[in-house]
Amino acid sequence: MSKTRRISCLAAAAGAIALAATACGAPEDEDSSRGEVPEEAQDCANYDFGSFDGETVTILGSIRDQEADEMMAAWAFFEECTGVNIDYEGTGEFEADMAVRVDGGNAPDIALFPQPGLMSNFKDSLVPASEEVTALATEGWTEDWLNYGTIDGQLYAAPNSSNAKSFIWYSPTFFSENGYEVPKTWDELMTLSDTIADSGITPWCAGFESGGATGWPGTDWIEDIVLREGTDVYDQWVSHEIPFNDPQIVEAIEKAGTVLTNEDYVFNGTDTIASTPFQEAGHPILDGSCAFYRMASFYGAMWPEGTNVAEDGDVFAFQFPETNEGDKTMLVGGEFVAAFSDSEATEATRQYLASEVYHNARLQTGPWSTAHQGVDPNNATTPINVLATQILTDPSVTVRFDGSDLMPGEVGASSFWTGIIEWVSGDKDAQQMADDIEASWP
Amino acid sequence: MDISDYTDRFGLLAVGLVAFLAILMALYGLAELASRRDRSRAVAFVFLAPAVLFLLVGLVYPAVRTVIMSFFSGDGSEFVGLDNYAWAVSDPDALQILVNTALWIVIVPLLSTALGLLYAVLIDGRRGERVFKALVFLPMGISFVGAAIIWKFVYQYDASGDQIGLLNQLLVWLGADPVNWLTESPWNNFLLMVVLIWIEVGFATVVLSAALKGVPNEIVEAARIDGASPAEIFWNVTVPSIRSAIVVVAVTVFIATLKLFDIVRAMTGGHYDTDVLAHNMVEQAFRLNNDGRGATMAVLLFLLVVPVVIYQVRNMRRQELEAR
Amino acid sequence: MSTDAQAPEKPARIGETRGERLRRVLSSRAASVAALIIAILWTIPTFGLFISSFRPEDDIRESGWWTFFTDPSFTLDTYNYVLYSDSQGGGLIRNLINTIVITIPGVLIPVAFAAMAAYALSWIDFKGRNLLYISIFALQVVPLQMALIPLLSFFSTGLHIGSVPITPEWNLDGVNTIVQVWIAHSIFGLPLAIFLLHNFMRELPSDVMEAARIDGASHSQIFRKVVLPLVTPALASIGIFQFLWVWNDFLVGRTFAPGEATRPLTAVLGDMAGTWGFGWTRLPAAAFIAIIVPLVVFLLLQRYFVRGLLAGSVKG
Repeated sequence: MSKTRRISCLAAAAGAIALAATACGAPEDEDSSRGEVPEEAQDCANYDFGSFDGETVTILGSIRDQEADEMMAAWAFFEECTGVNIDYEGTGEFEADMAVRVDGGNAPDIALFPQPGLMSNFKDSLVPASEEVTALATEGWTEDWLNYGTIDGQLYAAPNSSNAKSFIWYSPTFFSENGYEVPKTWDELMTLSDTIADSGITPWCAGFESGGATGWPGTDWIEDIVLREGTDVYDQWVSHEIPFNDPQIVEAIEKAGTVLTNEDYVFNGTDTIASTPFQEAGHPILDGSCAFYRMASFYGAMWPEGTNVAEDGDVFAFQFPETNEGDKTMLVGGEFVAAFSDSEATEATRQYLASEVYHNARLQTGPWSTAHQGVDPNNATTPINVLATQILTDPSVTVRFDGSDLMPGEVGASSFWTGIIEWVSGDKDAQQMADDIEASWP
Repeated sequence: MDISDYTDRFGLLAVGLVAFLAILMALYGLAELASRRDRSRAVAFVFLAPAVLFLLVGLVYPAVRTVIMSFFSGDGSEFVGLDNYAWAVSDPDALQILVNTALWIVIVPLLSTALGLLYAVLIDGRRGERVFKALVFLPMGISFVGAAIIWKFVYQYDASGDQIGLLNQLLVWLGADPVNWLTESPWNNFLLMVVLIWIEVGFATVVLSAALKGVPNEIVEAARIDGASPAEIFWNVTVPSIRSAIVVVAVTVFIATLKLFDIVRAMTGGHYDTDVLAHNMVEQAFRLNNDGRGATMAVLLFLLVVPVVIYQVRNMRRQELEAR
Repeated sequence: MSTDAQAPEKPARIGETRGERLRRVLSSRAASVAALIIAILWTIPTFGLFISSFRPEDDIRESGWWTFFTDPSFTLDTYNYVLYSDSQGGGLIRNLINTIVITIPGVLIPVAFAAMAAYALSWIDFKGRNLLYISIFALQVVPLQMALIPLLSFFSTGLHIGSVPITPEWNLDGVNTIVQVWIAHSIFGLPLAIFLLHNFMRELPSDVMEAARIDGASHSQIFRKVVLPLVTPALASIGIFQFLWVWNDFLVGRTFAPGEATRPLTAVLGDMAGTWGFGWTRLPAAAFIAIIVPLVVFLLLQRYFVRGLLAGSVKG
């Protein structure tokens, strides 16, 4: 077999596919939630970061696909006006890729860390925030947020996006038809759940399946409840000042269990929670099979096409109710913009990503939420993101980062997930689960 | 895509190929020079230099580094002696991994080779043998990532409503309740093995089928005339004649199984008691940031192959004796 | 050894009684059925993927692919999206080209170097030959993942002893990082290629070698004029092996040619599902694009694959 023939086979096969699909023309984008960069951000006068013609800044992050498009659209004018060429790479294996590249001496210039805990592993290679970035960050975010970008008292990274996680999805139509009110406290929520259960509908939907990360939606449940017992308890728990099997934590798990291990409450039964994909778990709300689904604000993008996600629409979300009166808390997630290079182009990019201009532009290029104080939440492209950004930018709201992202990997990305699964499947009770997770803490 | 995207890449390809050709010519010229002066060792050196250089940089040095790392703590800062090894043979999770790996390396090579042999015998000389072979061979060309996507449509479980996974749909048609296959330990381990067996049987079939055709007909006929039953002929004549082909298949599958990482990563992420050595090694080194334990897992992987290496050495000695 | 010749129906054997003949036909029926069952079982999963790739995304999410036969729905949109979308996750056509550019040298380099090494290991006498061969064989088991970091730092920071640099950093960027992928694939492919080729070359008849040597041929001439033509089938089969491995590689490409512009097809497959995995319904189409080329090449060259592998193993 000659090499040329082998190659020509290859070319023929590739060509066949290419032809078959070209016939259909380039795909069209029909998504209405996508928007444009606002006009003031299109003016190069707003980009006085210097001129870096032909310099490339590489960015690695876990954001992919459409979200990545929208993010890149938001910094397109920065690239045009400063000459910086941003080479963004989105990966589904962020932790592993980072570990290999940083240890291999080939770190990206900037990494968007979805977990502050992971970021601190790379402390020795990170470039601390410059004075300018620090100034921008202090102006843009509350102290709660900056703390998560700080390692040993030194600010390293400002946040990029912020997700509001303490949300419960429901159907406004279903509520108004039945005269239900959005519950404000945990007790009201439970009373309403009972009412709905009595009417013959299972009140809750739940699904923790997420491929190799199965279980994480359950950790958010526990975190939401612990956070509402008190931020002090939450902080101590996350930093392991109190053990994972502390009575307060076990109590919180049991409290979550009043929903998650309650056979009368969970749609399809509790034994299906572990295997229902979280992406689709909330969909039964649409046909009235369940009433509540606890999931972060980004779930707004996961409803079937044609669903009206609005306060007066098919589905919407309300904040996870408080346990103690007067509390205003929100569990959050998001990425942090950390740098491994001290080049001037990288510094300029960092400054831009921490600026009001960027956050405002990004808010308008697609569904997104941010905690940057300088943006107008009403600019967000979807109602749920307006609500999320309102809450995130409200200085009176206490925010706490997703605890499983702050705990060591052995717990936060492993034993906590499996513990949750064993618990909802009924293999372990709350005490056993907490004991096992505590034992796995390194 | 711009036109420059094409020219960049294919330009690089052209430059790369020309450079490679130049290197080959240079090496060949050197070898020719050495040959003319009748210096075998110099020729051997030139012939071996590129491969050995590559291997030293890309595999030997990393292997040594890994062995050293396995005696150090998770962040590499502290010498901990055999602590990591003690962990690997005492921690319940680590033991589970060892047990799973043992199951994998016994079951997968055995079943792949046996099924491959059975299938090769079944289709031998049958009408449409080529098509039969191609169908089973097909999965070998599929990447592990692709295979994981394919098998998602077999194992997928849906608590309510329509099933997406074929296996559960079969259960539903039979009137049973669907099962969440991938979370049911220890069965999930076997279901993951099925994916690898699915890939490897084709390889076994083609190699063994070709080997079968190499068995001289006269021997088989002679046995038949002696009154041996088909089963006896198979076990006493056919199998011994293709013994070395069977060994090559088994060894190749064995090594592939040991290094298996992608299927576990994509299908269960090592949860639900399905973790294996190679996957946990990556998990420890890259995700849990514990280089010491990751390296230890890698060293255990080496050790498991030692018997195969010894077998290979013996084989070589034997052949050299025979050749003399 | 050829596998493509259709075997003629066996004629009835002389002296066979009717009972024996019946039994033979029956058992041959049973064998046919068994073979058919295995073939079907082995094909169904891939077939399911094929069907799924043409179904609209919402249908994939909601029902099994077999409902296609009772309730057909067909679309090329998914293919169109994954191939040509200019969105960050789409546009596999570029990755397809990357894969081709990576694969060709990624196959040629290790096969060429392995052939030279295998010749030296099997036909040139020198001290420590067997030890070297066994060491190379054993290198097959070094887990690729453990080699990523050291090799990457070799490229990006160079080798150092203490602070004394031994090799420089390579300083490649953009598309040029693909060179690193070629070298990495060559390294990881060498042990198996050398092992198989060595098996093959040692089996070459030594009288042919002797004759050539007596004729005054040097080692390099024997290698080029005698050995290479004889081992062509083996080179082809190892080439196919290496081709599959490079084409289907997931880790090496994304590690040594980081950056969106240089990633090969398989490396982006898993990422197509989007940040939260909601777009997993695109995966069947994407996966099918990724597997169709190796499948076609593989099926076309199946014969050569077997021929080469076998010659090395059958006599062993």
